[in-house]
Amino acid sequence: MTTKKYIPVIFTALLVVGLQVSLSLSGATYYLTQITMSAYYALVVVGLCLLMGYAGQVSLGHAGFFAIGGYTSAVLTTYNLIAYQDNSLIVFCKSIGLVTPWNDIYGNAILSFSPWAALIAALVLTTLIASLIGLSIINLKGHYLAMATLGFGLIIYRIVLGAQIFGQADGISNIPPFDLPGSLQVNGRLPFRIQNYYIAWFMVLCAMMLAINLIDSHIGRVLRSIHQNEEAAHSLGVNIHRCKLFTFVLSALFAALGGIFLSHYTASIGPSEVTVMKSVRYVAIVAVGGMANLWGCLCMGVLLNFLSLRGVFGSYDDAVFGAVLIVIMLFAPQGLLRKPDFRAMLSLFTKRSHG
Amino acid sequence: MDKFLETKNLHRFFGGLHAVNDVSVSVRKGQIKAVIGPNGAGKSTFFNLIAGTIWPQQGQVFFQNKNITNQKPHVVAGLGIARTFQTTRLFGQMTILENIMVGRHLRMRSGFLACMLNLPQTWRQDRESKARALEILNDFNLLDNAHDVASNLPFGLQRLVEIARSLAMEPDLLLLDEPAAGLNIYETKELAQLILKIRDKGITCLVVEHDMSLVMNISDEVVVLDQGIKIAEGPPRAIQRDPEVIRIYLGDDHAAHTES
Repeated sequence: MTTKKYIPVIFTALLVVGLQVSLSLSGATYYLTQITMSAYYALVVVGLCLLMGYAGQVSLGHAGFFAIGGYTSAVLTTYNLIAYQDNSLIVFCKSIGLVTPWNDIYGNAILSFSPWAALIAALVLTTLIASLIGLSIINLKGHYLAMATLGFGLIIYRIVLGAQIFGQADGISNIPPFDLPGSLQVNGRLPFRIQNYYIAWFMVLCAMMLAINLIDSHIGRVLRSIHQNEEAAHSLGVNIHRCKLFTFVLSALFAALGGIFLSHYTASIGPSEVTVMKSVRYVAIVAVGGMANLWGCLCMGVLLNFLSLRGVFGSYDDAVFGAVLIVIMLFAPQGLLRKPDFRAMLSLFTKRSHG
Repeated sequence: MDKFLETKNLHRFFGGLHAVNDVSVSVRKGQIKAVIGPNGAGKSTFFNLIAGTIWPQQGQVFFQNKNITNQKPHVVAGLGIARTFQTTRLFGQMTILENIMVGRHLRMRSGFLACMLNLPQTWRQDRESKARALEILNDFNLLDNAHDVASNLPFGLQRLVEIARSLAMEPDLLLLDEPAAGLNIYETKELAQLILKIRDKGITCLVVEHDMSLVMNISDEVVVLDQGIKIAEGPPRAIQRDPEVIRIYLGDDHAAHTES
């Protein structure tokens, strides 16, 4: 019975393969790049869906966490340590693989932290910051929490825009590819296109499995109970603050992972990723996706980001997401994919097992 | 253990209102103790002071000789004190079974990571928890409703589910906040039987109640509060004859009649 919940994962995996095959056959492989990027954005959406849909907390600062992941990784992998290469600490780090030499696209010799080391550092930093922010604001409810996270997002944006080390308005470019086991790498260059499409989707599906396991477990039940009646959950011995804090941090880590891999994929990250409108966009996508509906959020996350990246919305990009939010709040506050008719349709393949 | 639960000189103010004024009450193990009093007597406040929902400005609460004053509700629950609410607080969008399973929270050992990775211990525990929840539902004759969404149930059943959910915690002490509120006379009778049954299982009960008939029939001891002050304490029969109690419940005239 417990394996039944993975059926949509297999279904999605088949869809992913089918899409690649048909795009390759029709010679439209250029779409794959944007789908890959959308998949990384979808990681943020999946995390936010856990937070908003299941734990019932709105965050308008998720672009901030995306940025903390992306920028930390970007800075550490591009900051040239070649001037310190004789420093014994750097020599030691080099010997254990924390620091690696490579050449950028201009052929300059660069000695920087390896992507793996940067990944771990970025995740640790995200955990720290999310915990600190979370500890101080997690007791806030509803729009108070939304506003506090909005403030956090604004601060991160100004830091990124103002600090020399983050490249200010230019952002950071020349981020090296991320070497994965089995000679795979997260790399946006043309020969790696199909490979990266699968790497991204592999990560998304792993994230989905983790999220599904969580919401289907005891903890998921507890999160929903907090969402529905906090005081009752508290009286049953649920440490509601810890549960909310953990979900907040978890959700931030999903966003950070999206940021880390997307910046390695596109070899760059800039302040446009950190604007408040980006955070609003993630919230809008979770709303359209149906709030407590992981698959709905994933579909919408990939679809809307893809359309946006293709430039379908033109210069009205942000306006479209703003409008989406208004329309959803007016006509389907529970989320579009939650309306009964959509639900019935979806339940054909997302039916949750009670076993 | 003589003093299973004990409050010592509890005080709680809300602005200028002295809601609970120097209340000391002790409950023995295995007892059904009732707290009664007219509306606004401070019953619920007193109750919430024990459950940790609000904290006293003065005084202490001891449970099994452990000071539990100023502890948060989940800590109090962890020590073996379960409670229900005056207005039932079920998880409305969840099924009855899920409601009961959340009640098993303190018995679950898997954290976020174990749950995300779906480790074998996680689903083993979940299976046990579900089996236990179904047993509890069976005890309450609610098995047929196991998969009903809580908010769709009639009011009387919701109250029952809430009691079942708090018992899923396997507590040593059960706090019932006006359990008969909103129930009809037959349901109240069944409730009385249920509370006696719970006591017979070894769970001490503290009942805050407005409904005199329920309280007088089942409790071993009664405490009467009026305007935040404890005015009487004793077995139900003695309380029923207490002129001060009669006065606050029925007015001065009646008290004068019974005294003469």
